Amino acid sequence: MVIGLEVHAQLKTSSKLFSSSPNQFGSEPNENVNFIDSGMPGMLPVLNYGCIEKAIKTGFALDFTINKYSVFERKNYFYPDLPQGYQISQFEFPILTEGFINIDADERQKKIRIERAHLEQDAGKSIHDIDPKYSFIDLNRVGTPLLEIVSYPDLSSADEVVNYMSSLRQILMYIDVCDGNMQEGSLRADVNLSVRKPGEDLGTRCEIKNLNSFKFIRQAIEYEFQRQIEILENGGTIEQNTMLFDTSSGETRAMRSKEFSHDYRYFPDPDLLPVNITQEQIDKIKPTLEELPHEKLERYINEFKIEKNISKIIISEKDNTKVFEKMISETDVSPKVIASWLVGDIFAYVKENNFEVLDLLDRTKLIMDLLKLVSEDVISNKAGKEILPKVLSGEGNPNELVKEMGLEQVSDTSELEKIIDEALVGEDENIAKFQGGSDRVLGYFVGKCLKASKGKGNPKLINKILIEKLQK
Amino acid sequence: MDKKIGVAELYSEYANKAKANLNNSYNYVIDDDENKLFIEQSQQRYASGDNLSLDGIPLGIKDLFCTKGIKTSASSKILSNFIPQYESFVTKQLLNSGSIFIGKNNCDEFAMGSSNETSHFGPVINPWRSKTSPDDDLVPGGSSGGSAAAVAEGSCVASMGTDTGGSIRQPASLCGIVGLKPTFGSCSRWGIVAFASSLDQAGPLTNCVEDAGHILNAINKHDFNDTTSSNHKREDYVSEIHEKMEGKIKIGIPSDYLIDVNQDILNQIENTKKVLSKHEIEFIDVKFTTTDFALSTYYIIAPAEASSNLARYDGIRFGVREDGESLDDIYLNSRTQGFGDEVTRRILIGTYVLSAGYYDAYYRQAQKVRRLIKDDFQRVFNEVDFILTPTTPNEAFKIGDKLDPISMYKNDIYTVPTSLAGLPGISIPSGLSSNGLPLGIQLIGNYFKEKQLLQLAALAEKELAFNE
Repeated sequence: MVIGLEVHAQLKTSSKLFSSSPNQFGSEPNENVNFIDSGMPGMLPVLNYGCIEKAIKTGFALDFTINKYSVFERKNYFYPDLPQGYQISQFEFPILTEGFINIDADERQKKIRIERAHLEQDAGKSIHDIDPKYSFIDLNRVGTPLLEIVSYPDLSSADEVVNYMSSLRQILMYIDVCDGNMQEGSLRADVNLSVRKPGEDLGTRCEIKNLNSFKFIRQAIEYEFQRQIEILENGGTIEQNTMLFDTSSGETRAMRSKEFSHDYRYFPDPDLLPVNITQEQIDKIKPTLEELPHEKLERYINEFKIEKNISKIIISEKDNTKVFEKMISETDVSPKVIASWLVGDIFAYVKENNFEVLDLLDRTKLIMDLLKLVSEDVISNKAGKEILPKVLSGEGNPNELVKEMGLEQVSDTSELEKIIDEALVGEDENIAKFQGGSDRVLGYFVGKCLKASKGKGNPKLINKILIEKLQK
Repeated sequence: MDKKIGVAELYSEYANKAKANLNNSYNYVIDDDENKLFIEQSQQRYASGDNLSLDGIPLGIKDLFCTKGIKTSASSKILSNFIPQYESFVTKQLLNSGSIFIGKNNCDEFAMGSSNETSHFGPVINPWRSKTSPDDDLVPGGSSGGSAAAVAEGSCVASMGTDTGGSIRQPASLCGIVGLKPTFGSCSRWGIVAFASSLDQAGPLTNCVEDAGHILNAINKHDFNDTTSSNHKREDYVSEIHEKMEGKIKIGIPSDYLIDVNQDILNQIENTKKVLSKHEIEFIDVKFTTTDFALSTYYIIAPAEASSNLARYDGIRFGVREDGESLDDIYLNSRTQGFGDEVTRRILIGTYVLSAGYYDAYYRQAQKVRRLIKDDFQRVFNEVDFILTPTTPNEAFKIGDKLDPISMYKNDIYTVPTSLAGLPGISIPSGLSSNGLPLGIQLIGNYFKEKQLLQLAALAEKELAFNE
């Protein structure tokens, strides 16, 4: 199986690629549409330089060659959700060429080469299921800036495609180029797939359009792969088709064949000048580039001494790292301890209660107060876990909660000694066992003391005093 | 003759003439009521002495400029019901300068034509008549034919036109008036119904060169909303228009423009040379190497851009929709019935030259030749300051006379090279043909040399004394 991916990433900008309308999802139909977007006579596009900056950032993040000369061209075709009758895109001279990403593939790293990335306008949406007779058009999405990222056919399994896509998504989110929201269509993929026997030439490919979830990508690839193999094994040939993926049946079906493919009649848009970027402009953007996921991972492991698997969980989403880095900036509790609490009890709570990770941002101070109490042995680890949900749900601050719940650890040595002395009464046999070299009975004594303290005794201190007393 | 006249009186004098020419040089004449407020405001400004540069001046506007709340049809059936909700940059500047719009001038459909015969609303009749066959209705030229006729017949003081391959200069020449096409990038294209984006340029059609300067002062401004709008420093195009030009002026006359030209046309060039030679102006014979290719280059590039620019007229969001059984039928019916023959022809040519397999042979090749044409002009401008040519190869012809497209296209043979190079050109009336019809000469300057070009044109105008 040979796969190449065309990923469309909507850029996170406040306005559209060539007009000043707001670039946002979820508005009322046709609310974010001005005269340019609706293709009114005499309207002219004006390039939003913010989109060029986002493209340059992507260039750095994916090791692209950033082209100082690029050209916007018109891709001509008729459709009701394309008001101008053409899409402004880049064709012969894209802004980025020859980049790559390293992805995980069977415990190894695999380099996936990227042929090009170019800027283009998104189209609007046609809605066919409101009325039996009419179609409805929502032009809000018209002119939304897209970066189309075209890989080489370097991918050879559904797993690799999903890893590639999720790495790409992660990086674009880290550098604030795309919000990565696949459900809202901020990131969508066209999959080009062909099959061949090992060593043979590339087969005829089919393109599956517009997949907007990892699940659909996987399903579509698996279905299409089987479909092509079945045709070939029955002695048939693959037709070069554009396919649609039916999300309800899980099948791919042909949308149009090559004979009916459009002749897009690309030519340079005479309303726009070629884009000339200077070295100074590129240099100015480089320092604004955020830390990339793999750089963060290395830092967490090497600088913070956090285990690799825990580091990976944190860096998997940029939001996690925002919360984590805010936490470590607010306390002297070790990052390693914070990390283990975060991916453990805290994320579990977030998941169970349908929180967003970012909701934690305004509670980090309280969480850190709690972890400080634990790390300073004011309360036990167990007590910390008991208090955490109340802190997260905003029921109070940890210091008050500890008092209210009576969870403060007894660290007063004289009080503990009293408890221990009482616990040792009548235990001569076990004391003799300990002195005879049996460590096991120590655990028994600690447990007994803790129970006697109603769980409030500081286990470390109890341990220490016990050993002292027993060794006498 | 000096005469004082009030704004309202001036307005009604012109507006009445315009009303008489509705469905001829005008597609639409604005109601007096709608202009009442503008007239009063203008009167008040005159009364208080803070009148604006074009205050109270009645203007015609080619029906290609989008005018807010006023029908804008591009003389096409497909836009015959279109009322823009925005004002084009250029007409906005004119309103800001105090002028009052009389109405929308007829033109060729989507500015495609050289005789104003492609308009959905019918042809425009040139106010001039031939001495030899005075009963014939003659064309005013095109595509700004309604604008040229309106100025010539006196139904507006001046009219805003657009020029893509000669659409201001050629009708100005055929109607005996002044027509200026500024350098590409001088006047914003924002809000002008696009024909060929890399060529379209707004400019005035006026009775005299000084009027062209006044209008240019108002409209020649940088516009952030048009990426191709130049941000060069603008000058005052009027204050020194009648002053003697500095230094010794050299004017080139391209011999390759004068092959196979009739005696009437040759006389215009000879006469201009004669009257200007008194003013320390030197005439030099020059020769272009690219003139023969200009027309075919133009008829690849302009239709290519037009085929794409006109894709938005699909009957879906605005304009006239013709129903159909399927989406493709709606497109097919709306566009087949909405566009006239010439527009359809150019869309087809444009679609063809951009098609896969033909792009390199036509469009890319044409772009290369266009570069050579630009270079050719710069080579000549190394030797001379201005270039003098005829504006048109012939006088105004009879409506319906030129039926085949190629002979119609040849009308723009002298104006098209300047357009391809993006240079400024002005046509001024230079004399009458043996049939008593007006003829014009074209003066071409280098990029953004409008100030000097207008000075020279004003001098030529005075010496040629056409208006007397």
